[in-house]
Amino acid sequence: MSSERPAAIDVRDAVKRYGDFTALKTISLSIQDNEFFTLLGPSGCGKTTLLRMIAGFEDVTEGAIYLHGKEIAKLPPNKRPVNTVFQNYALFPHLSVLDNVGFGLEMLGRSRTQARARAGEMLELVQLSQFAHRKPAQLSGGQQQRVALARALAPQPKVLLLDEPLSALDLKLRKAMQIELKHLQRETGITFIFVTHDQEEALTMSDRIAVMSSGELQQLGNARDIYEHPRNMFVADFIGETNLLAVTVDRIEAGRAQCHLGGGQSLGCDAVEGVGAGAKVHLSIRPERLFLTDTTPEGEGLTGRVVENIYIGTDIASLVDLDVGFRVTIRTSNSERGAKRLFEPGAQVVVNMEQGAARLLVD
Amino acid sequence: MAGGAASGGDATSDAYAPARGWLLLPAWLVLGLVVLVPVFLMLVYSFLTKEFRGGVIWEFSLAAYDQFFIDRGLFGDDPPRIEWAYIQIFWRSIWQAGVATLLCLIIGFPTAYFIATRPAQQRNIWVFLITIPYWVNLLIRTVSMRFILRDQGPLNDFLQWVGVIGEPLTIINTNLGVQIGLFYSYLPFMVLPLYAAIERYNFALSEAAADLYAPRHKILTRVVLPAVKPGLIAGCILVFVPSLGSFLAPDLLGGARNFMIGSLIDEQFKGSAGNWPFGAAASMILLTLVLLVLMVLARQQARAARGAG
Repeated sequence: MSSERPAAIDVRDAVKRYGDFTALKTISLSIQDNEFFTLLGPSGCGKTTLLRMIAGFEDVTEGAIYLHGKEIAKLPPNKRPVNTVFQNYALFPHLSVLDNVGFGLEMLGRSRTQARARAGEMLELVQLSQFAHRKPAQLSGGQQQRVALARALAPQPKVLLLDEPLSALDLKLRKAMQIELKHLQRETGITFIFVTHDQEEALTMSDRIAVMSSGELQQLGNARDIYEHPRNMFVADFIGETNLLAVTVDRIEAGRAQCHLGGGQSLGCDAVEGVGAGAKVHLSIRPERLFLTDTTPEGEGLTGRVVENIYIGTDIASLVDLDVGFRVTIRTSNSERGAKRLFEPGAQVVVNMEQGAARLLVD
Repeated sequence: MAGGAASGGDATSDAYAPARGWLLLPAWLVLGLVVLVPVFLMLVYSFLTKEFRGGVIWEFSLAAYDQFFIDRGLFGDDPPRIEWAYIQIFWRSIWQAGVATLLCLIIGFPTAYFIATRPAQQRNIWVFLITIPYWVNLLIRTVSMRFILRDQGPLNDFLQWVGVIGEPLTIINTNLGVQIGLFYSYLPFMVLPLYAAIERYNFALSEAAADLYAPRHKILTRVVLPAVKPGLIAGCILVFVPSLGSFLAPDLLGGARNFMIGSLIDEQFKGSAGNWPFGAAASMILLTLVLLVLMVLARQQARAARGAG
């Protein structure tokens, strides 16, 4: 945010209300040039609304949106140097693939010949040159997706908006397109704003991710930040898999918080701002950072009983009922089975965690 | 992969072919009895000799067509020239029906667009409201139009009261009167197919066009109209064809000078002044004309449908 150039997109205190319903509650964020920025959240969180406000399809109830320092919130969509890849592609059914891709350029005043020439180059970029004269309905879903992408990129927008563009594709194609999109973003140097509800997709592709829920920005950061340092319950729960343990904070000393679970077992973790002694909060512990050991005769540690081991390809998930009344999941990678021990269902075990694995959450 | 995505199943390669023949029989029967047989009868009658008190004599004759196209003078012994009187009536009918269709389109498209963009539960109410006047008999509606449009009628009173005009407008017994009458008679036939087409229209396409820098009028001409073209063509056919053969509006709102084909044919089958073979011949010529127009439009529609995939 300290760069000399103004941000590609700067959303300042934007609010969106439909009558009594507030879809977006005062959102502010800056998206840098050449950034792959993702708006992530469950459906109804306001991510698509925000994208549509940037595109110009929804007006901004309060606040402002700047594109390279220029206020655009009052401009109609056709006056904004921003293009969109729509969720269901919205390709013009009566136009050929080539004319679909050339449409934006033609509307910008280029001749049909010029528009077609440029459209041809774009189709080469997405490897669809041989389909130039087909109608969209004659293409497969993945091909239509690439036409939509070529169409949105052809006018060389300052910012490309992508509204869940991969959600209609099957898993394998989606994975391939994720990588293709990421490459395309690097090659073109265009700022991408990507909307998705798929957290794995967001982690794979994005430079930065804004996690949203119920019209509010929950956390903004890169993939590692968000996964390893979730700020609150929502983020910890939404991104990846986690174990949430209800604890009471006993005391805070030298940046460490000492908490205890229901049964009296105590746990230490890094303190976070806004949580003091006596607070009843949650701890988030990722399943892959837990491991199991034999019980000691003294009965120390978090003891429990293995309920089930579930084989899920790369990992084995062990479900353990703690004696204090929680159920936790422990993930053991199949490659580290030598290092981490597995126990048969019914075995009494102690659940241990790696250094710094527990994360205190602000509710 | 790409080719297979668009192709449906081959409809003729299944095991139900014999059954399909029987199941289609009722449709063929109806089509034959109410369309083909009457048209064939008309064709036969147009080549018969007229009986002076109405009816026909079963004797082959080209007199009806001769009367339509060729002028042989009052006593039939002048050198033959082209008879323009009936061609003019046809031309006027086509013009009147064309203007009425255009009026329906200009008013009907925004109406249909308005209805199709209302919330789903309101749309049926609007469609219902559009069709209510059409539960009243066409004759009564046309007479009412005559009352509304006449020199001292409510329309002129209103326009004078507002001050738009000083003198009453003469609408009755003019071409405009007929056009307004036809427009009013057939408006729903334009609105309903257009509404059906616009309701199916994917409004994301308009957003995509706006996103790709298209101003409003380009969105309409480059994206919306091509997408709803089948409905547009259907609406135009449904208004143009009955307008062309209409006789109520021309008779009641156009007067004697604004005679149309419908009235011409109508008269041939009424009372003792009639001429059945001539009426049948005029009908056949009208039918040929309409079929030509329909063929052109049907080809257009097929092309539009193919484009939409």
